[in-house]
Amino acid sequence: MTAESLAQASNYLIAAATVILALAFVAHVAEWALSKRVAGDSDRATSSEIAAGIGRSVTTLAWGILLASVVSRGLAAHRVPWGNMYEFGCAGVLLLLTAYLVLVRRWGSTIDWAGAAVTGFGTTVLGASMLVYVPAGPLVPALHSYWLVIHVFAAMLAGSGFTLGAILSIAHLLKMRNEDSLVRLPSTARLDELAFRVNAFAFPIWTFAALIAGPIWAQHAWGRYWGWDPKEVWAFITWVVYAGYLHARATAGWKGRAAAILCLLGFATFLFNFIGVNLFVGGLHSYAK
Amino acid sequence: MSSAPALSRREFARWIWRQLTSMRTALLLLLLLALVAIPGSLVPQLSVDARAVEAYRMAHPGLAPWFDRLGVFHTYTSVWFSAVYLLLMTSLVGCFVPRSLDYVRALRARPPKAPKNFDRLAAFDRFDVDGDAPVDVMAIIERAQRELGRARVDVVERDGVVELSAESGQLREFGNLLFHVAVVGVLIGVAVGALFGYRGSAIVTEGDDFSNVLTQYDDFASGALFAPESLPPFALHLDAVDARFQLTGPQRGAPRYFAARGTWSTGTSGGHEKPFKIRVNHPLKVGRTSVFLIGQGYAPVFKVTDAHGTVVFEDAVPFLPADGTYTSSGVVKVPDARPQGLGFQGFFLPTAISTGKHEAPVSAFPAAANPFVGLFVFRGDLGMNGGRPQSVFVLDKSRMKQIKLGDGTPFRVSLTPRQIADLPGGDEIQFVGLRQYARLQISSTPLAAVPLGAIWLGVLGLVISLSVRPRRTWVRAKRSSADGRSRTVVEIAALDRVRSGSGLTDHVRRLARAIKGEEDE
Repeated sequence: MTAESLAQASNYLIAAATVILALAFVAHVAEWALSKRVAGDSDRATSSEIAAGIGRSVTTLAWGILLASVVSRGLAAHRVPWGNMYEFGCAGVLLLLTAYLVLVRRWGSTIDWAGAAVTGFGTTVLGASMLVYVPAGPLVPALHSYWLVIHVFAAMLAGSGFTLGAILSIAHLLKMRNEDSLVRLPSTARLDELAFRVNAFAFPIWTFAALIAGPIWAQHAWGRYWGWDPKEVWAFITWVVYAGYLHARATAGWKGRAAAILCLLGFATFLFNFIGVNLFVGGLHSYAK
Repeated sequence: MSSAPALSRREFARWIWRQLTSMRTALLLLLLLALVAIPGSLVPQLSVDARAVEAYRMAHPGLAPWFDRLGVFHTYTSVWFSAVYLLLMTSLVGCFVPRSLDYVRALRARPPKAPKNFDRLAAFDRFDVDGDAPVDVMAIIERAQRELGRARVDVVERDGVVELSAESGQLREFGNLLFHVAVVGVLIGVAVGALFGYRGSAIVTEGDDFSNVLTQYDDFASGALFAPESLPPFALHLDAVDARFQLTGPQRGAPRYFAARGTWSTGTSGGHEKPFKIRVNHPLKVGRTSVFLIGQGYAPVFKVTDAHGTVVFEDAVPFLPADGTYTSSGVVKVPDARPQGLGFQGFFLPTAISTGKHEAPVSAFPAAANPFVGLFVFRGDLGMNGGRPQSVFVLDKSRMKQIKLGDGTPFRVSLTPRQIADLPGGDEIQFVGLRQYARLQISSTPLAAVPLGAIWLGVLGLVISLSVRPRRTWVRAKRSSADGRSRTVVEIAALDRVRSGSGLTDHVRRLARAIKGEEDE
């Protein structure tokens, strides 16, 4: 296949993955709607389980198509497929789905309720990525470095961890209002622990991406390892807020609710760095287009 | 006078210190640090882009003076930002020094003694182990010890009751402390690098030389302890700048490849010449100093002849690119023209295309396919004799007059390469040819390995502190002869010192199986 036809295939596959992921989202919403009505009714519970099963299968299908799309994009451009905002969005959702599907296999019912949130968020990001679409092609000279592979991949990996952590923290806050509601969710203590485990995985990776790989590359490319570029500032802010989150879980009066809010605040700074700084602030990291 | 008993100064200082080093304060300071970092990302910074600050001042005349007063244009060296991070550092040091001492003490201490009632602990089990023959209590303790592996273990025997206390996962606190020490190490490393380091940039045109002395820099910033004599002596000659752009497709005009080629030698003049090629991401390294290619652009060569026929100017003039198509702006200063000084201000287009008969041309592509220069002309005193330093990109027009046509519209010179334009008054200007320039950054950050090493240690500490679980386990075994039958009763209890899930119960179950001598399932 030529580069053009690969790029074209990648575009079709992205569109297909977005639609299929949206269908998975619908299935997961149905799973909730059916389980919510009557807790004790076994027929209802079964139809909810069927919807959940469909949701998971369709999510796996979307994952496969997205994987094919991201790979063909990389082949078309002759480089790793995360060189601009569009590609970061697509590859980031791929990692998020991967993380979610792996965790569903490992943790089972303690995480599979998150299907609606994960597929909903993923569909939104894929759809929004179309708004910053850039045709497949080579990159500006500043990005001609193997650090692109390491630095950006680590940022994406940490980002998908933060996303799952934020979903768990939202569930935690919802469940906190009434421990007996939302029976499908695990207990608040369990949600708190899961959120912590996900964030404790993502935070060292974020530290590596933002405070090790980034500065090393910046030293090679721009002659200084830290220059308070807007992207660097917000990466630092995200780091500080998540450090605060990990701290809060060990501080009296900050456990539970406050920690969950800090986790969401940290995720908000991460999202702002990805969207706000790319599109509205500018700086040396302006690779949105 | 207040009625509450006054704190003595010493007590007050202690109170302040205790407040500052508390977890809660550290947490608030951490969040405050994130908050005060925000302005610097939204408002241009002097240390990052001084020209952007200038543009911001022009665009916000009401706000800018306040930002100046508050130091928003240099957020990361401002009083308030420094105050927050210095307080945070103090709080951090005040927190981890006593904790380190506690940690060392705890490492030497014996594991804590078993509590009286095991059934109050988070995980607990009690069972008899005798089958046909009575089991020796010490054998039970030995089995438990083998199962507990690397934990620190203490065994006490009193009145036939044997108690085992074990503590594991003390590495967690070590990781914690390592992380905090590393953060301080990073900041010290960064501070030292900033104190002794320097960074400057210079525009070097093809065919020109640069030698590493202070006067050759266009801008230069250095740390407080940097000595200008310590600039390593070297010189370079720039032969050519290679710039390639995407020719076809939707990304037409996007930059693809930049390089600066030439020769360099150590020592300010002469010496053995070695070739160099600097690309983005691939600087030239001269000892601990590196030369980076951070930009490039066009320098049209002009020749100006005054009314007397004297060539008063002949040089390449760098124009600063303003957008992706390299539409560039610049000025030409000719103070030696007679009878009055001449100044030109205008733009350069690498690939000019016409958009209409009366419209100004625009640049369609960043490579120089159809170079074009448009200049307005000024006459008068350029203000270059006062000894005050002037930017080469700004024309001081305060004592100059723009040349205008009869109908009052500004007189404009439009030139393509080798064209000559006559000016009213008998002077002439020629666009002789085109050269490219490289914007080189020369910088040195001493001890960059210190913050790098420290942050690696920090990540190591982080991973340890987030993955190791501190756990205390107790086993008590005794002979009991209630109900007229002699038995060996074993009690196990365990406690995690951080919140945990089901792991603790599993741990107790595993230990019980090992003591009973059962195989793992």
